[in-house]
Amino acid sequence: MARRAQPIAAWGAAAFVAALTLLPLAVVAWRAGGAFALGAGDLAAIRFTLLQAVLSALVSVGLAIPLARALARRRFPGRRLLITLLGAPFIVPVIVAVLGLLAIYGRSGLLSLGAGALGFGWPGIYGITGVVLAHVFFNLPLATRLILHGWLEIPAERFRLAASLGLDPRDIFRELEWPMLRAVVPGAAMLIFLICTTSFAVALTLGGGPRATTVELAIYQAFLFEFDLGRAAVLATIQFAITGAAAALALALARQAVLGAGLDRPVTRWDAARPALRVQDSTVIVLGALFLILPLGAIVLRGLPNLIGLPESVYLAAARSCFVAVLSAALTILAALALAHGARRARGFEAVGYLGIAASPLVIGTGLFLLLFPLADPARLALPVTIAVNAALSLPFALRALAPALAEVEARHGRLADALALTGWARWRWMILPRLRRPIGFAAGIAAAFSLGDLGVIALFADAENATLPLQIYRLMAAYRMEDAAGAALLLLALALAAFWLCDRGGRADAAV
Amino acid sequence: MKHPLIAAGLLVATPAVADLPVLTVYTYDSFVAEWGPGPAVEAAFEETCGCDLQFVAAGDGAALLARVRLEGARSDADIVLGLDTNLLAAAAETGLFAPHGAEVPALDLPVAWEDETFLPYDWGYFAFVHDTTALETPPASLAALAESDVSILIQDPRSSTPGLGLLLWVEAAYGDRAGEIWQGLSDNIVTVTKGWSEAYGLFLEGEADMVLSYTTSPAYHLIAEEDPTKAAAAFDEGHYLQIEVAAKLAASDQSELADQFLAFMLTDGFQGVIPTTNWMYPAVTPESGLPEGFETLITPETALLFPADEAAARRDAALASWLGALSQ
Amino acid sequence: MLRFEGLEVTVGAHRVTADFACKAPGLCAVIGPSGAGKSTLLLATAGFLAPEAGRILIDGADVTGHAPGDRPLSVLFQEGNLFPHLDAFRNVALGLSTAGRVSAEERSKVADVLRRVGLAGKEHRAPAALSGGEQSRVALARVLVQDRPVVLLDEPFAALGPALRSEMLELVSATLAAAGKLVLLVTHDPDDALRFADQTVFIDGGRAAGPTATRALFANPPPALAAYLRN
Repeated sequence: MARRAQPIAAWGAAAFVAALTLLPLAVVAWRAGGAFALGAGDLAAIRFTLLQAVLSALVSVGLAIPLARALARRRFPGRRLLITLLGAPFIVPVIVAVLGLLAIYGRSGLLSLGAGALGFGWPGIYGITGVVLAHVFFNLPLATRLILHGWLEIPAERFRLAASLGLDPRDIFRELEWPMLRAVVPGAAMLIFLICTTSFAVALTLGGGPRATTVELAIYQAFLFEFDLGRAAVLATIQFAITGAAAALALALARQAVLGAGLDRPVTRWDAARPALRVQDSTVIVLGALFLILPLGAIVLRGLPNLIGLPESVYLAAARSCFVAVLSAALTILAALALAHGARRARGFEAVGYLGIAASPLVIGTGLFLLLFPLADPARLALPVTIAVNAALSLPFALRALAPALAEVEARHGRLADALALTGWARWRWMILPRLRRPIGFAAGIAAAFSLGDLGVIALFADAENATLPLQIYRLMAAYRMEDAAGAALLLLALALAAFWLCDRGGRADAAV
Repeated sequence: MKHPLIAAGLLVATPAVADLPVLTVYTYDSFVAEWGPGPAVEAAFEETCGCDLQFVAAGDGAALLARVRLEGARSDADIVLGLDTNLLAAAAETGLFAPHGAEVPALDLPVAWEDETFLPYDWGYFAFVHDTTALETPPASLAALAESDVSILIQDPRSSTPGLGLLLWVEAAYGDRAGEIWQGLSDNIVTVTKGWSEAYGLFLEGEADMVLSYTTSPAYHLIAEEDPTKAAAAFDEGHYLQIEVAAKLAASDQSELADQFLAFMLTDGFQGVIPTTNWMYPAVTPESGLPEGFETLITPETALLFPADEAAARRDAALASWLGALSQ
Repeated sequence: MLRFEGLEVTVGAHRVTADFACKAPGLCAVIGPSGAGKSTLLLATAGFLAPEAGRILIDGADVTGHAPGDRPLSVLFQEGNLFPHLDAFRNVALGLSTAGRVSAEERSKVADVLRRVGLAGKEHRAPAALSGGEQSRVALARVLVQDRPVVLLDEPFAALGPALRSEMLELVSATLAAAGKLVLLVTHDPDDALRFADQTVFIDGGRAAGPTATRALFANPPPALAAYLRN
């Protein structure tokens, strides 16, 4: 009986995601009544969107592989702190991160000063370079974490065996690491591609001009400046189609990683003791850390003097954001576990989980507004809707971490659980949940941090008294209060890191790594 | 989900004042912020109206109009406050707004105002702002800017009202030659941002010499931060105007109260807080005059402004030539 | 009593047929060349492979369609018999109950069994903190508390080395067989059969024949077994 009940949970989670993604799109399209026309500008926007998303995904994953590998086979003081910090760019609001990046790469940034001192000019980073750079800054940490997970999931016994067989690093790569990468990298690349297709503010701030118009901007324009719901719906559908095709492709490419059972022992890598590899890994780690941490450092330096004495509303907004983050992380994990479990019967469940990333936030907001307005005051629903939408938007990240892990737990231990008649809740309690602690902690951390950093529901649901912290930052900026905004941004960064660290640490409390 | 909903419900619940008529005003976010005009305006109006004034924030001006259109005649709003001249034609076309019955005092606007539905409450000139310590002699016209190598930050006309303002500014000043000016400007533009905040933030971080903002922007730095180094450059062609307006909804169930609010809007209780909260010029100068510091601002000799319908008619062509010039 | 009636199981290109019965109590060895289908037969018996034809009966009851956990049998595999995140006590207790709370009676039962397999004082060690032999003992302890009439052993001690393996098989004889269970032991070592099994099933070319009294079988092997034993 219990076994039959679980697909119901998966169906429930799938319905939840669809209600927050497909349904709003359908409602907007229905309200629009069908008339629309795509212009040449829309086609250019589609082209640019695809180009920057592909480049961003490739560069992020390409850089993440050596970084994850170096982190997987090196132990050094501060490694855990570094891994936590690596999560930070992903969760800061776009404009805050962009200002951090510009403090390093901008026209009056650190590199510009350095170049000036050496007598060179510095052109800045506007244009597709800047867009890709910013997207890599945001997504390299995510890719690194996902791939690092893959590395840590390779059982220690395999490396011991490899060491005893005297395999050199190249053999180990071919026999142990390549199969893992084959399984993990397409999924990670897909995720980043999807994130970048709906990117909007990055392209519009660093793009340098209308050449860098993305589909999301076209939707924004169609909706807010022309009130052309039909065109907005068509563009959103195109965005769905692009991301849907990418998701299907990557799911087809991503082999389920099943690398055999191993007992929980810390990984020691005998093959990595060679001095040349030591130097290589250290260089990669230092460069990666500098790339990610310098802009964060700039945010910290900028915000620190303003952290004390922020307007009271900022602290209230921070409290509200924490509340939203906790609930939406819990919701994310429940939905992700249900879908990951359902995906073991029908992979379609996993695909449904990715809808959240394909959806245009603006269209979600509009559709939900059209749905809910007749029923209740949207301002009163602001927080519940924020919680639900944030959960749907962070679901893909949670699912990416949990679905392969769950498949692997079933592959390793499912037979024993079957033999012991562990079904229903007992199976979750004694096998799945304890084995998934680490990815659950990671996913909850991502979801909480993401929810903290997200702008949340768009303008339509916004409500003066219930602003979340990121919204409050934008409001400070809109009122010339850049100094307070910098302080609030630092507060947000600290909260997001703390949330991530707490969840992640909870997940690895009994793990040796 | 049940408990979160209840908990969230507790958080969002606003205390209702018993038995007072409620006047609901939709406005943009920054109006209701604690540092915006909202709190002072609410206190002042509630002192005399015997009502409960409730502000509902709905993003920026464009989102505000979109929201009212989505809600249609069923909207709870009695008044929409915060549309600007660029949105007027679209707003009028919806038929959702009704002429106000308020008595209008003499307005201190650089242009005549005769609209019977939309009532101005503040205004400002678009201008390029610079740091006087970094740029000693700014260009004196759009044309000079286009020819110079001064770097600028602007906003996208497809997503922001200042961006749209600049588009119409060039259009009003140069008409058929607008495309030429944009081509000249294209190598000055560092980047085009989504909204005002991003561009202004980048400017303050030193990413460009000038940023598209308002002639009143330096007043903020001078008054709030005691920083006299920011200035707006006066351009020979004149400066395009932005006028922010409010209007009553036809479907309002508090029509008289709404008229009362619109009349109040042009008195000192409202107008007096505008300069140092919204950092714009009040539509009616308060008795006490403008705050100290505003006298340092430039006052353009020519105010440019298309009538609402003409602005709407020219927008698409202007946008196309803007896209053409900057996409090369 | 474990009975196979016209059983046919196919895995890929391999096909195994069985039509025989083993009587409890006692230890019945399943031997044969590797790839002959020993593990396939065992997996089908445990319920992890569905047969194309035939029936499996335990004490007269047809269990062919039952889920693995619903069959009146216990099973130990070559590896993966313990959850690495649970301590020895909990791994054993799962054989009694999947509820969170363990009753006092169950607690003493688990402690008793762990003592019998020589693990007194190591109840709260994680598998990774136990030696290979000790891990096997934990798994065996769980089979003991499960107290099912049939026990399937798929070379669970193969990794242990000869001395430890003998020790474990002696423990199996002394506990399970002595308690009246039928133990089906898959092994690649004919000596195991000779020393511990009173009956032996020989599988060759996908056909399971037997069982025959072990000593008689080895004393007078059919040609296929003779060839296998020569290797």
